[in-house]
Amino acid sequence: MLNQIVLIAMIGIGIALLLNLWALLRGPSVPDRLLALDTMYINSIALLLCYGIYAASSLHFEAALLIAMLGFVSTVAVCKFMLRGDIIE
Amino acid sequence: MNFINTLLPTPARSLLLFVVWLLLNNSVAPIHLIVAAVLAVLIPQLTAPFRDPQPPIRRWGLALRYIGRVLLDIVLANLQVIKLVLGPNKNLRPGFVLVPLAITEALPLTILAGTVSLTPGTVSAEILPYQLHENSAKPKFLLLHVLDLQNEAELIASIKQRYEQPLKEIFQC
Amino acid sequence: MTWLEWIIALLVIAGTLFVLLGSVALIKLPDFYTRLHGPTKATTLGLGSLVLASMVFFNFIEQQLNLQQLLIALFLFISAPVTAYMLIKAGLHQKLAPTAGTQQQELMKQRDKLAKGE
Repeated sequence: MLNQIVLIAMIGIGIALLLNLWALLRGPSVPDRLLALDTMYINSIALLLCYGIYAASSLHFEAALLIAMLGFVSTVAVCKFMLRGDIIE
Repeated sequence: MNFINTLLPTPARSLLLFVVWLLLNNSVAPIHLIVAAVLAVLIPQLTAPFRDPQPPIRRWGLALRYIGRVLLDIVLANLQVIKLVLGPNKNLRPGFVLVPLAITEALPLTILAGTVSLTPGTVSAEILPYQLHENSAKPKFLLLHVLDLQNEAELIASIKQRYEQPLKEIFQC
Repeated sequence: MTWLEWIIALLVIAGTLFVLLGSVALIKLPDFYTRLHGPTKATTLGLGSLVLASMVFFNFIEQQLNLQQLLIALFLFISAPVTAYMLIKAGLHQKLAPTAGTQQQELMKQRDKLAKGE
């Protein structure tokens, strides 16, 4: 029963990811696309967490942590590039 | 006592590093305890030259209460944002607000901007003026974007009373 | 299902709804500044409740002490406001037009003066 609920939740998060993809493709400005990409990062972490419950394995949390850190750092780096035209001054 | 002070200049940060390392490895095996202890001593020492001095937390009880209140506010703010998102767009009254601040130190300002972003239908946009160190005595302003702006004066008063006042007391600045 | 499983199910459903609504906000709201509100708040809380659900699952149902997920929640709650701050700064820098009816738009122009401390 719990597995079915988690499966439904995963479908919901999948829809959320598709919506993010639409926002990413639609834009219209670069910060908009970046926001969509950042949300996509967070939603894929959510998907991994759900899969962890579904498969009853704690192996995926390290991947989730990695995605969280890479997502944060890359978003901030691109923002910095937009602000200054340079990442490391 | 002096020996401990030179080894661990920032005990709270060292404790955080220790706990985070153990959480990362998800175990308390002796080897992880040793590595965690080494990292907890080494990392604050190595990064000390890069760090600006920050005011210490003076009242821990108040700080814990602040965290609890912010967590509660996050849930309430989300219900409000969801109500706004599900309603029609023309009901939104977005707007920018400039909040004059009483605190000038970098760390309390950062915490204030973070909490305001996470809580009541507002995203903090900028802290003005920029240079935190050169003219730290000058009054600071927080530029906010609000999703549903009804009463500007009320919003400013509630931010100052709900978040800024406790932060001022926690850091005694 | 035991009551613990009901709690997990409730948290998972709530988390999914928050995540989904954050993404809907991204599509539906009219301009960049309002769109920013969805992902910074709803998605973060959604992830928080999913983390809580998986912590209850592993610690009480699978009976293995597992606090690693706490780190994910902690990291996200710290990084979400910083990301939002950087994004809105980039948006203001590029002078993205706010939607018609935004109150006090003149503050966007004033910020250049205020930034220099005048």
